[in-house]
Amino acid sequence: MEKSKLQKYWIKNLQIMFVLLLIWFSVSYGCGILFAETLNTIHLGGFPLGFWFAQQGSIYVFVVLIFAYVVLMNRLDKRFDVDEK
Amino acid sequence: MDVQTWVFFIVGLTFLLYIGVAIWARAGSTNDFYVAGGGVSPMANGMATAADWMSAASYLSMAGLISFMGYGGSQYLMGWTGGYVLLALLLAPYLRKFGKFTVPDFIGERYYSKNARLVALVCAIFISFTYVVGQMKGVGVAFARFLEVPFTTGILIGIAIVFFYAVLGGMKGITYTQVAQYCVLIFAFTVPAIFISLQMVGNPIPQIGMGGKLADGTYLLEKLNMLSTDLGFDEYTKNGMQDRVNVFFVTAALMLGTAGLPHVIVRFFTVPNVRGARKSAGFALLFIAILYTTAPAIAVFARTNLIQTVSEQPYADMPEWFTKWETAELISFDDKNQDGMIQYVADPATNELEIDRDIMVLANPEIARLPAWVIALVVAGGLAAALSTAAGLLLVIATSISHDLLKNYINPKISEKGELVAARIAIAVAVVGAGLAGLNPPGFVAQVVALAFGLAAASFFPAIILGIFCKSMNKEGAIGGMIVGILFTTIYIWYFKPQLGGPGTPDQYWFGIKPEGIGTLGMVINMAVAMIISKFTPAPPEIVQQIVEDIRIPRGSGKASGHH
Repeated sequence: MEKSKLQKYWIKNLQIMFVLLLIWFSVSYGCGILFAETLNTIHLGGFPLGFWFAQQGSIYVFVVLIFAYVVLMNRLDKRFDVDEK
Repeated sequence: MDVQTWVFFIVGLTFLLYIGVAIWARAGSTNDFYVAGGGVSPMANGMATAADWMSAASYLSMAGLISFMGYGGSQYLMGWTGGYVLLALLLAPYLRKFGKFTVPDFIGERYYSKNARLVALVCAIFISFTYVVGQMKGVGVAFARFLEVPFTTGILIGIAIVFFYAVLGGMKGITYTQVAQYCVLIFAFTVPAIFISLQMVGNPIPQIGMGGKLADGTYLLEKLNMLSTDLGFDEYTKNGMQDRVNVFFVTAALMLGTAGLPHVIVRFFTVPNVRGARKSAGFALLFIAILYTTAPAIAVFARTNLIQTVSEQPYADMPEWFTKWETAELISFDDKNQDGMIQYVADPATNELEIDRDIMVLANPEIARLPAWVIALVVAGGLAAALSTAAGLLLVIATSISHDLLKNYINPKISEKGELVAARIAIAVAVVGAGLAGLNPPGFVAQVVALAFGLAAASFFPAIILGIFCKSMNKEGAIGGMIVGILFTTIYIWYFKPQLGGPGTPDQYWFGIKPEGIGTLGMVINMAVAMIISKFTPAPPEIVQQIVEDIRIPRGSGKASGHH
């Protein structure tokens, strides 16, 4: 495959990664740690929100992030014709 | 039937299952032995990874730890799950495309250097061995307590079982046994939680139940906060300001360490292709998340139940489990004011009750008065967790010895048959060695596990990441980075761990970072050093740059192989 196309594929890959890792960082370190105290003033049913993010929410988001990555990358592979047959 | 009979029955049944699976899935080639023939479906691999990952510590200790730490326990929950996002996005697909057997394989080839491979090899063995000794100890304790045999006999039984299926089946046997073990452990972990959630808040889903309302109309968490503050503890859900730096660093070190642990990474070599590796990471985390979101619920239920059962109650009225754990010296009561009542408070001067955190998961069903078979199930689950992790770690040690050391350094001309025999001997020696080390554990086993995570974060993680994402990274940079990262992390942990003989005191911590969190800084230092050195030394050869280009695209992933 020619170099420029490969380059483009790689940059797209990095973009997807970057966005997903940004979300990864903001739910765990952001909502679960740095801003947890502020978020704790908001309640989600019986949960203070910051506490919920730290012990439940962040983990759910992690799972969703990986499956989102699977879908986005499989689609990208097809578009650039580098997928596995 | 009483608890004892149930334990024998259920544990016996699960062992028969594991042995049956191991015989069915025995290994015929090195490919089978190292990477299970590279044909494991992503979902099965996800389950095996989950069982491999969740050790006796996750299963038995974590919920108890959280129930005593409250918000502070979040670092374990996020740290031991968030690492999988890094694995899935940054490591797994590329390493699968690379398609070799071990982490030292990757390091050695990407950095075109036998020295780099050797550094990786030593790290892999060290990390896995410290980890596996703790597991063998866990197996011994569990057997000893529940089969009422001496601790030594407990460990010997553990050695015999792991020996049987790891030596026979290699990665293939281990993988399929782990699938069975995952099913046992997750069933055993969630069933009591569902029962207790129904009992306390009338909701069958513990994850929702922990935010539910009690019979008297107050929210469970509010009630627990109130109970805690009444006794002088911090609010359960409170995020202490002073801890923020440490929670941040420890969480990051656990995440980076998770993504750098060789026994986790190697699991992604067992799936058929890159697509499978990505998906498999997703399944692994999904299966892990079931336990990791249930654990904080168990922590809340257990904590509330515990306080309500013991606080300001007459000692004479304590239920049977209380005396049982007292005999085991895991609960101790000292009636300081001689009033016959139990005062369980935060102030050490007037507190009369000491509880070992590790008993919470095991005691929880009894505290909640669940039937005997549930208690037996929890025991079987704990053994499944310890055995599955031990097997995965032992395989890494055996592979490092037979494949990385023997084939690459000592006898490159060894036949496949010879290598397979060597791998089996190596795993047998590793099982017995780990068992013996667990028998006579140096007092610092638990402390050394922090070191295993710190080292994984400071050595493998950056070396692999740079190898994939930084094409110009050369061997000088990578080796320099790894050595500086390892030395820095090891020295810091040793210096600030009195259990390891270090002279440091907490007030001397750099930026207030605990030894458990220092791997994060070690990782940053490793990367910085590697970048700087690589700027002043020759770029990697063309062929290596070609390898990097190649692992970045999925097409053309073949079977994993050991041939160069």
